[in-house]
Amino acid sequence: MTVGLFIPCYVDQFYPQVAIATLELLEKLGQTVVFPKGQTCCGQPMANSGFAHLTQPLNERFVDQFGTVDYVVCPSGSCTLHLKEHLHSQTSESTATAIRQHVYELTEFITDVLKVESIPARFPYRVGMHQSCHGQRGLHLSQMSELNAPMYSKPGRLLSQVKDIDIVTLDRPDECCGFGGTFCVLEEAVSAKMGKDRVADHLRHGADYITGVDMSCLMHMEGILRRQGSKTKVVHIAEILNQGVAS
Amino acid sequence: MTQAHPELAERFNLDEERVNWHDETLWFVRQKRDKAAHTLPEWEDLRETASQIKHNVLGNLDTYLAEFEANALANGVQVHWAADAAEHNRIVLDILRENKVDRMVKSKSMLTEECHLNDYLGEQGIDVIDSDLGERIVQLAGETPSHIVLPCIHWKKEEIGVLFHKYMGTDEGCADPQILTGAARLHLRDTFLTRRVALTGVNFAIAETGEFVVCTNEGNADMGVHLADVHIASMGIEKIIPRREHLGVFLRLLARSATGQPITTYSSHFRQPRAGQTMHLILVDNGRTVQLGREDFRNSLKCIRCGACMNTCPVYRRSGGHSYHSAISGPIGSILAPNLDMKKHADLPFASTLCGSCTNVCPVKIDIHQQLYKWRQVLMQEGEATTAKTVSMQAMNTVLSNHGLYAVSGRIGRTLMRWFPGLVNNKLNPWYKHRNMPEAPKESFGDWYAKNRK
Repeated sequence: MTVGLFIPCYVDQFYPQVAIATLELLEKLGQTVVFPKGQTCCGQPMANSGFAHLTQPLNERFVDQFGTVDYVVCPSGSCTLHLKEHLHSQTSESTATAIRQHVYELTEFITDVLKVESIPARFPYRVGMHQSCHGQRGLHLSQMSELNAPMYSKPGRLLSQVKDIDIVTLDRPDECCGFGGTFCVLEEAVSAKMGKDRVADHLRHGADYITGVDMSCLMHMEGILRRQGSKTKVVHIAEILNQGVAS
Repeated sequence: MTQAHPELAERFNLDEERVNWHDETLWFVRQKRDKAAHTLPEWEDLRETASQIKHNVLGNLDTYLAEFEANALANGVQVHWAADAAEHNRIVLDILRENKVDRMVKSKSMLTEECHLNDYLGEQGIDVIDSDLGERIVQLAGETPSHIVLPCIHWKKEEIGVLFHKYMGTDEGCADPQILTGAARLHLRDTFLTRRVALTGVNFAIAETGEFVVCTNEGNADMGVHLADVHIASMGIEKIIPRREHLGVFLRLLARSATGQPITTYSSHFRQPRAGQTMHLILVDNGRTVQLGREDFRNSLKCIRCGACMNTCPVYRRSGGHSYHSAISGPIGSILAPNLDMKKHADLPFASTLCGSCTNVCPVKIDIHQQLYKWRQVLMQEGEATTAKTVSMQAMNTVLSNHGLYAVSGRIGRTLMRWFPGLVNNKLNPWYKHRNMPEAPKESFGDWYAKNRK
């Protein structure tokens, strides 16, 4: 079984350590991982801005890059959801369909495909878990507070198994951080206010770190934290799970 | 469009304390909704049932409307059809003129807001008094409702005290809700006693019986109608439900979704005029059949106007209803308004992060955030983008479609950011206004991988 590692463009450029942690974690969990070198972007920034009609070349590139792997795994709920909902090909639609059915966000791949219940990592800090909307409400990684349904959380369960971790309880467990792709610049005032409020919830509960499955939300909150001169940092869940995993 | 959502929202955000208060007030309503919804084990089934009933209605709207009209006529109700807002307003004016009156009392009706009835009647010399307390407050202030269920949610009680001191003679500085409500009650009592024509909205119209149901908490619709010789009820054609037995599904969902109450204080059924009274019903299209023909957006007509999507929306809570410059604000307004006027409302589907919370609270399961995404595609293809946006999207797409160009651009960009941070850390970059830029690493993951693997 071959896992194709899909690294979102902004993670590739700005957060290589998250991609490295994802790769190492998957390898330590016994996976054969390939990183198709011609990959770029899933096309979501354009599509969510109303320009999905431009993105066909990106779709074709993606299908070409990932057509031969058994699973596509990505350390981002948002990019994964976009591929699941919108990846189509004019030349090899059957391959595109197979990818849509076999693309996984990292934590759901670990819990649902690899059936790994816990990872022997250690992270002795107070950690706030940010529920990124597309992973949660789109991929159903965690139960949503709006619904009258049993609670669960795939990333939360993995995190709760980490040694010495102290997960903080938030006042609003699944409110959006306001990143929203181009929303963060087109609706700057509301976006920044949402980010400030989300960060404040974590700080109020004494979080040393804010974690999540999407670096885009974390990048947004990191921008706010650093502007405020806060000591609290952001860390992708792959980086936590990759700390001290026995190989 | 004078100003679009981003500018209006930015202005709303100049007073951060007020934004916090607005956000917390509406979040409190969302929490009350959660509590009510989570108390009913059958909640999700109720939502699904309501959604399916409305699905059936939208697929058979023509026959249900004909059935409803026939039954209403048999009940002695005068039925009018209005193709658009202008026709609706003219029909109301004609009824008022027939009855030789120049003043009218009106209970809450978002349809009449959509049709701008008050402005129209005002121009014709008709005095309209809104009898819903929240609506009366915004009317006195010369504003429109900022929320479909809580019209003056953007007003603090101290500000209402100032307004009432001016218009109703309450003591200066009095902000006691009990006293202010008492003053409004006295003021409205005179209105109820002296108006001969009362207009109400309609929450549900039952095809099987020809009756309609009006839900209020204040009883003001009933007060107006029971004391008037003429009752005018205005309804959008999508308000139809097939049978009376379906009503229970919607009444259980409506108030729980709106405010967390089990049911509105009054759910008043109107079937036929009482002796000596005339009853008019105006069935309004105003773009609804166009929306019905748009397959991707048809389900927006399932809306029962509970406002839950507004209360949960993190953008709405931090931008205020007026930033949507449309009678129906918030997420649902953002998928309804472009149907009426794409150019004027092209900004609204972008006033969202697509977080999806709206879809989850919707009692009739409208896929609101999916429709926001789809409207974005329609609007951009209809040419509603600025040239700058189109050019930047095309450029971004070109870079991301070519791996070599992507890798080189990334390397150059990161190098420039490290050497000349001022290039991005300046006021021309909207991100930088409230957020620091991420630090640019020397190498991308692609670079690292090439060095460390294979």
